[in-house]
Amino acid sequence: MSDPTAIVSLKDVHKSFGPLKVLDGVSFSVARGEVMAIIGRSGSGKSTALRCIDRFERIDSGTIEVCGHRVDDPQVDLKALRQDIGIVFQSYNLFPHLTVEENITLAPCSVKRVAKAEAKSLARQVLAQVGLEDKLNSYPEQLSGGQQQRAAIARSLAMQPKVMLFDEVTSALDPELTGEVLKVIEALAADGMTMVMVTHEMGFAKGIADRIVFMHRGKVHEAGTAGILSAPATPELAQFVGTGF
Amino acid sequence: MGGDLNINHLEFLGHGALWTLGLSAMALIGGGLFGFVLALARIAPARALRWASGGYIQLIQGTPLLVILFLGYFGLAAIGFDLSPLVAAGASLTIYNAAYFGEIWRGCIQSVPKPQWEAAEGLGLSRTQRMFKVILPQAIRIATPPTVGFTVQIIKNTSLASVIGFVELARAGQIINNSLFKPFLIYAIIALIYFAMCYPISRLSRRLERRMALGRAQPIPA
Repeated sequence: MSDPTAIVSLKDVHKSFGPLKVLDGVSFSVARGEVMAIIGRSGSGKSTALRCIDRFERIDSGTIEVCGHRVDDPQVDLKALRQDIGIVFQSYNLFPHLTVEENITLAPCSVKRVAKAEAKSLARQVLAQVGLEDKLNSYPEQLSGGQQQRAAIARSLAMQPKVMLFDEVTSALDPELTGEVLKVIEALAADGMTMVMVTHEMGFAKGIADRIVFMHRGKVHEAGTAGILSAPATPELAQFVGTGF
Repeated sequence: MGGDLNINHLEFLGHGALWTLGLSAMALIGGGLFGFVLALARIAPARALRWASGGYIQLIQGTPLLVILFLGYFGLAAIGFDLSPLVAAGASLTIYNAAYFGEIWRGCIQSVPKPQWEAAEGLGLSRTQRMFKVILPQAIRIATPPTVGFTVQIIKNTSLASVIGFVELARAGQIINNSLFKPFLIYAIIALIYFAMCYPISRLSRRLERRMALGRAQPIPA
């Protein structure tokens, strides 16, 4: 595709749910080590764009390329694609019947066929990364929301993805717990992880994102560095930033 | 004719009760295995499987067990398959109960929140791995109370096997009554024995259900 350094690249992506056009010609690309924040109102298509990257949704037309995989190709190797992508959801989605350690070792053991002992040391390593070493043997329901979300991030990291997708990962948390999750994401950014995040945390986006994409009515309405938040070029972004949402 | 109920009669009833339990076990295991396959087929990606299993369940749930028993025993015999009452009863109960288990368990599997599927998919697990390592362990917890509850139905339904001459508890009672003519006494004893089998299971089911309700405090934010 056009940009050989891009890890994620969308080109003229269209997607409708029935008569509702959710993505109307979306294009953007994310380079290695870059942090991109997608912002916009509810229903602007930002979450759908993210879900299309991991192929939870199939697109109607256009192209999506992630780490060399053609996501829009019906024959794409989903197993390989999902090993390169880590995704974290708003509702954590830890597996309630497994301990934190089992949540983390499940995918490395069953997808990558990593040996049990190796997976366990990997689990300790990623849990240390998110500050939850002591929760190895806890069940998800014994953790706070913030801890669950950090465990979910650790679970994704254990697959050693090349790019991480975050779908409004702090929206279910109260402000106090939001901070601890954002700190983990900041540390990842500092480590050079490529990330695409859909977020409502404007201050956070401003501080961490190399690039910001503002979506409006299924289109990339405005894009640029964090500077566009303080000096919007379009009235829609100005209004969005002005209202805070 | 007539006479009094004696130890031989009671022994005969005991024998019948054992066959009721045996038949129940056959129905539970056979119906459970086949029902599990049906539940998986009901939510399979392949449309033909969903269609066939759905059709089967509709058909069987719309047919009285009595008729299935007649078909299995007299009907198959008429076209050359001579089954013993035990085999005919076991097969009929399997066919019948599988349809119910299939539908109960389909509901349980589908009540595991959809984001659990997605989280597993996002980690690269195959569909089979998602089903067996993530969804089914959660579905089993949901399925336990209704499954135990349905077992009571299975035990009671085995009494219908008496119509094809299988001597389980109800049929044993009938035979004794034919010689003693004390229907109230004999059927009261039969009822008591059924109750003694079913009541502990109902209690267990209710207890499991209560425990499930307590353990449901799961943080699933909007």
